[in-house]
Amino acid sequence: MSGPTQSPAASAPQDLLIIEAGRASAHYWSDLWRYRDLFRFLTLRDIKVRYKQTVLGVGWALIQPVVTTIIFTFVFGKLAGMSAGGVPYPLLVLAGLLPWQLFSAALSGSSASLISNANLISKVYFPRLIIPFSALGVATIDFLVVLALYICASLWLGRIPSWHWALLPLFILVALTLAFGAGAWFTALTVKYRDFKYIVPFLVQVGVFVSPIGFSTGVVPRWRSLLDLNPMTGVIDAFRWCLLSDGQPFDLQGISLSIAISALLTYSGVWYFRRMERTFADVI
Amino acid sequence: MPGDTIITVDNVSKRYLLGHQADDDTLRDRMARGIRSAMEWMRPGTRGARRTVEEFWALKNVSFELQRGQVLGIMGRNGAGKSTLLKILSRITEPTTGRIQMRGRVASLLEVGTGFHPELTGRENVYLNGVILGMSRAEIARKFDEIVAFSEIERFLDTPVKHYSSGMYVRLAFAIAAHLEPEILIVDEVLAVGDAQFQKKCLNKVSEVTRSDGRTVLFVSHNSAALQSICNAGLWLSQGQVAGQGPINECLAAYLHTGSHRADFPAPAVDRPHITSVRVDPGVLAEGRIEVEVGFASPFPLSPPVVGVIVSSKLGYPIAGSNGRMAGKAWQPQPTRAGVVTAHLDHVPLHSDTYHISVYLGDASMDYDQKLDAVEFDYVSPRFHPQMPPLHVIGQGDFGWRWSLRAD
Repeated sequence: MSGPTQSPAASAPQDLLIIEAGRASAHYWSDLWRYRDLFRFLTLRDIKVRYKQTVLGVGWALIQPVVTTIIFTFVFGKLAGMSAGGVPYPLLVLAGLLPWQLFSAALSGSSASLISNANLISKVYFPRLIIPFSALGVATIDFLVVLALYICASLWLGRIPSWHWALLPLFILVALTLAFGAGAWFTALTVKYRDFKYIVPFLVQVGVFVSPIGFSTGVVPRWRSLLDLNPMTGVIDAFRWCLLSDGQPFDLQGISLSIAISALLTYSGVWYFRRMERTFADVI
Repeated sequence: MPGDTIITVDNVSKRYLLGHQADDDTLRDRMARGIRSAMEWMRPGTRGARRTVEEFWALKNVSFELQRGQVLGIMGRNGAGKSTLLKILSRITEPTTGRIQMRGRVASLLEVGTGFHPELTGRENVYLNGVILGMSRAEIARKFDEIVAFSEIERFLDTPVKHYSSGMYVRLAFAIAAHLEPEILIVDEVLAVGDAQFQKKCLNKVSEVTRSDGRTVLFVSHNSAALQSICNAGLWLSQGQVAGQGPINECLAAYLHTGSHRADFPAPAVDRPHITSVRVDPGVLAEGRIEVEVGFASPFPLSPPVVGVIVSSKLGYPIAGSNGRMAGKAWQPQPTRAGVVTAHLDHVPLHSDTYHISVYLGDASMDYDQKLDAVEFDYVSPRFHPQMPPLHVIGQGDFGWRWSLRAD
């Protein structure tokens, strides 16, 4: 974008804007870059507002995973007596919970994003993809808080991080991409069909049970192929490989499948979002 | 710079499908319709009975051009398509057909404080709202002090805006908007809120930058005085179509001329003297006079038919009223059962604004019927001055003061 201070005469051809039915796509991707400040401030807004007027503040980001870890350790480790393969059971659970919470929070956030920003959509122009995209920020911050907790717990239990950690950013990216792809679908669908407002929380709830969060995939070989249908299985396994370094082999097949599904979801999600985008302001 | 066309709007139309939106709102409705049409398909008798979708053209073949530095006032009744046009120009929604070409950076202001978050501080909201309106972060940082000074709320800059009074909120929002520097500015009826003093400050700021930097502005308002004061061109929309365009005063006069300054009233259940219609003649209004025509009907001759007329401001304060009885011997018509009484005012001592008229019907001794705020009209005074103080300060009356000076 040309600078705000330039003289009007110098603004000529590159600022030519043409509006026509179906034409919106012309500068879409460059506009997305042009509006990066908006992306940044929407993300900042969500993060700042998140724990305003709460007593515990960011402590809330910790309470849920800590309680869930305790319960899952008790249910799966003690009651069911599942094996953690030499790793302290709470660490196994927390290492699985980390990617799951990142994914589910990012998915919930981006799926609800268009509706919760309806006032912006009906009053100003900007590439709408910024909205579900900026909703990933809050989930990432919460994730980093829990990751810090994990590091502390891991060191306290005497486990030194290995070189596997270097690959963690890649798997974080896979989890976020999965959430964004599905979120783009859901949020665009929610604009028209409010049913999806109820479907997403339901999916997230079911997801807790069909993902290997409370147990290691190694203990359920019989159900492995069924579990692999869930793209988060590969991500959770990869996270455990990074964080636990417990000698389990790296499951290349699982994570490849996750990456393939996330790429497909994101590609199709963005396609559908872009197709519906033009009518958002009319139906929201 | 004559001939420097900034905006070209060519045959733009926008269609909304009314039935469509209402019916498709949830998935269930859509599935229900799918099943229904499948059943219809199986029963040959009902086959082909298509659901009708109602079309509504919010805009139809709208074309106009704007040169650099023009300030276009867009006028029209509610539902005439003004907001739809602004939304298309702002790229919020796209036209169904047609083409628009714009040269320059566009900023639109369809609402005051879009995206303000109540939990964030004034400072944080300046940045958030600024980027939402299309400013870059660096640009906001550069103008930040100026914006804050303009808003006059320095002390509360680090307070969440949820604790602001509505006046402070609007001030801050306006201050940000007033510092936008696009080549093309699109403004909806946002100036209707906020206190008059501050509104004026914003209007001045807008016209200042328009004049000095050759900025092009599109401005929608119901307030004819505001249109008259800041615009130099007019576009009049009626039922989605361009009904007139040209210099602001001509366009405004034409628009006000054809307005439906008329109200008809049904006969009451019990037959008694009643008002049948009230009409303010727009043509006469455009000439700077007022004629209020009051139709009446009565089961018995009214001797004489007496009509009372009260002109009041849009806030309801009576400004000028009179009735036939007060005319005394000057007006003594014969007893009549039905007809039209016209009240004439040849010199209108009013400033440009929106006014209401209430009418009464009676005879020499008593009143029989009344219609409060029966019609509304916009009056455009030929004596308009840009430096005029707001009407709540000086009042609606324009009595034609003369001035003289005796120097000592």
